[in-house]
Amino acid sequence: MDYESLKLIWWVLIGVLLIGFAVTDGFDMGVGALLRVLGKTDSERRVMLNTIGPHWDGNQVWFITAGGAIFAAWPVVYAVAFSGFYWALLLVLFALFFRPVGFEYRSKMEDPRWRSAWDWGLTIGGAVPALVFGVAFGNLFLGVPFTLDEFMRSTYTGSFWALLNPFALVAGLVSLGMLAMHGATYLQMRTDGDLHERARKISILLAIIVAVLFATAGIWIYAGIDGLVITSTINTAAAMTPLDKTVDVAAGGWLENYSRYPLMISAPVIAFTGLLITVLMSAANRGALAFIGSSLAVTGIICTAGFSLFPFIMPSSLDPSFSLTVWDVVSSQKTLGIMFWVAMFFVPIILLYTTWGYYKMRGRLTTAFIEDNKYSTY
Amino acid sequence: MISESLVDLSRLQFAITALYHFLFVPLTLGLSFILAIMESAFVMTGKQVYQDMVKFWGKLFGINFALGVTTGLTMEFQFGTNWAYYSHYVGDIFGAPLAIEGLMAFFLESTFIGLFFFGWDRLTRVQHLMVTWLVAIGSNMSALWILIANGWMQNPVGAEFNYETMRMEMTDFAEVIFNPVAQVKFVHTVSAGYVTGAMFVLAISAYYMLKKRDLPFARRSFAIAASFGFASIISVIILGDESGYEIGDVQKTKLAAIEAEWHTQEPPADFTLIGFPNQETMETDYAVKIPGALGLIATRSVDEEIVGIKDLLKEHELRIRRGIEAYALLEKMRHGDKSDPTVAAFDALKDDLGYGLLLKKYTNNVVDATEEQIKQAAQDTIPKVAPMFWAFRLMVGLGFLMLILISLSFYYSTQHNVETKTWLLKALIISLPAPWIACEVGWFVAEFGRQPWSIAEVLPTHLSVSTRSVEDLYMSLAGFIGFYTLLLIVEMYLMIRFARLGPSSLHTGRYHFEQNHGAGAAIAQPQQAVADQA
Repeated sequence: MDYESLKLIWWVLIGVLLIGFAVTDGFDMGVGALLRVLGKTDSERRVMLNTIGPHWDGNQVWFITAGGAIFAAWPVVYAVAFSGFYWALLLVLFALFFRPVGFEYRSKMEDPRWRSAWDWGLTIGGAVPALVFGVAFGNLFLGVPFTLDEFMRSTYTGSFWALLNPFALVAGLVSLGMLAMHGATYLQMRTDGDLHERARKISILLAIIVAVLFATAGIWIYAGIDGLVITSTINTAAAMTPLDKTVDVAAGGWLENYSRYPLMISAPVIAFTGLLITVLMSAANRGALAFIGSSLAVTGIICTAGFSLFPFIMPSSLDPSFSLTVWDVVSSQKTLGIMFWVAMFFVPIILLYTTWGYYKMRGRLTTAFIEDNKYSTY
Repeated sequence: MISESLVDLSRLQFAITALYHFLFVPLTLGLSFILAIMESAFVMTGKQVYQDMVKFWGKLFGINFALGVTTGLTMEFQFGTNWAYYSHYVGDIFGAPLAIEGLMAFFLESTFIGLFFFGWDRLTRVQHLMVTWLVAIGSNMSALWILIANGWMQNPVGAEFNYETMRMEMTDFAEVIFNPVAQVKFVHTVSAGYVTGAMFVLAISAYYMLKKRDLPFARRSFAIAASFGFASIISVIILGDESGYEIGDVQKTKLAAIEAEWHTQEPPADFTLIGFPNQETMETDYAVKIPGALGLIATRSVDEEIVGIKDLLKEHELRIRRGIEAYALLEKMRHGDKSDPTVAAFDALKDDLGYGLLLKKYTNNVVDATEEQIKQAAQDTIPKVAPMFWAFRLMVGLGFLMLILISLSFYYSTQHNVETKTWLLKALIISLPAPWIACEVGWFVAEFGRQPWSIAEVLPTHLSVSTRSVEDLYMSLAGFIGFYTLLLIVEMYLMIRFARLGPSSLHTGRYHFEQNHGAGAAIAQPQQAVADQA
């Protein structure tokens, strides 16, 4: 396969992995974030944890694999982004640390203080990563303060606190709200009684909030944030590094793609449609359809961000010419080709057995079930 | 130039997080297969006790697994956060096994671990058995891919430097996968994991036997662990990875350091059993030697020689000098001279570019290095011998200790009289930390012995770090140490609590603490534990 196509395919595949992560582990994080909000009693919280109990670990692998795939396919992004966003990424990791141990250890002891402490841990493990991912994406639109030297060593000059600017915080809230909504729609499918009612109500509320915030972010980009355009001619089919091009700032640049490739408009349309479906189906008490609506919304929102930035991945605010794009951060043609076939082979198999797992564990969990199985469940 | 404290702190952080992660990995590797064997016995015989065994040891497995997952997360991202230049320089090759590990192994292991714990009532017996086997296969597959990645750091085959992109690029994926160093490492490492799993089950079962509790349960667990452990310890020792130390220059240096082989000897070389290596004089004081043994062990032959440190040093100095020329040509090409003669001259020397880069520690410009700096850089290529020498002997010593213990356990278990050998049972309990110490020390030998390289002969460690501040490193290191220590305390607490409780923690009503033993005064305290948990 030619290099240019492989570069595009890997942009799509990394997107697929991130969306896979957000759609699957997204609801685990949402359930975690809502643990103390929706679960009023210990049994209710255990119901919530056990709806995701058999699945969260497999779902989290989307995140780990996305990390590995970025390393393999976009080594420059892996290097520059993860060392630059050092504290943001460590914050995500430290928050995620609470999850495996929280799930596994929480219900092994009866002491309410023990359980309450782990519940806070699981809340942090759900809410903090969701927020930070959005903040990081928000900062991509504003540009990140990094440079590259002639040997491709990157230096990041910003601080962690600079990431927490108003626009990025709105993006963070979009992300947190969307994953919390996603968790709530999942709980609609898997619980009953009071808990189910609460999940239904909060799904509607969160979908409306996300719609408002997402629209706000869009208007903000239209009115107040400059985009980038590549100004030198580049050979997208050749091996190149981010040092081999020039880039300029252009007002409205982040919306250019929607006039250049009109089909891309489908992403925000899907996002808003998904949110609307979530509201309507939650109101109609159709949990599974609400979950599908929410999944569409998550997919649409992530695609909107990716499409708007294309071909950029990580713009530099210090010198736009250093900005990372899908054309100049990739591995060699050989590696991209091998990894493409590996992914083509394994992803369908993964989807197959994951689906089997969900199928086997389907159905609603009740507080009565938890009380009958208190030693063998989370 | 890159601050040395930044390099040291980054190394320390990686070492701590990796060694900590590896406290949990070997038990996962070994116990998962033991669970699969126990469950196979359950499905074949239909005896309830085997299912109880899977569930109880599975509970302990879960407590350990949770921390394995937690600490594993760090490892997937730490190359990017702290070793950014490394990630850029070798991501084209090194990233692939990591991504494949996710796709092929982590998904398998992590998806089925959920069904293992929660699927008992949802799956048929055969389906559940299959799930358990897939967990075991998945975790072992992940070991395969991460060791292919690590093996490539020790012996970087199937790759070539590309001056246009300023990085190493893959030339032959099959060579990377079938790297002999990786294959040897894989077998050695997973076998060490199996021994860890076996020692864990043996020691805890021995505890129940000494307490005369749940004997049928303990006996069967003991027997399975003893036979599994016996096969594994034989494999660890026979397939010890010293056979991987003759491949590649850095592996050779490592071997020379491990054996304090200062001079090249006439083959077959003598083996220094014990002594005090002295880096200053390049001699081993008070050495006790076994004639010919080293040659036999390391080369599996009587006529191949093992290169000594002094000869390696001379060779490395030559390669550093060639590396300086390679670096000068690289700069020329980076500044636009891509004429054929320049490229050809560079191609002839590029295998030594890495040696030239060693000088970056002393001078940014490499080409202006002084004689003294060149000598210093050559000295850097020899790791500190004494720690390597002792660490390796500690690992091997523990290996032989476990060989004796496990062989005896296996023998008496076949004789059905192991319960009467209280000395053996006590020795097993005391030796429980042995496999963990051996594993950690083994990794120390492998990675400390790789210095000063992060990628052998290609990329020096001090160039590999991310450009972060020393303060960043102090803070993140403190965060990791604090967080990990806290988690370790919690994990140990739960592990000891449930191990002492034994199968009674399943609440089936079939085991010791749930039955009325009349005047069982001695068990008052664990009974309290049951009550707490209930």
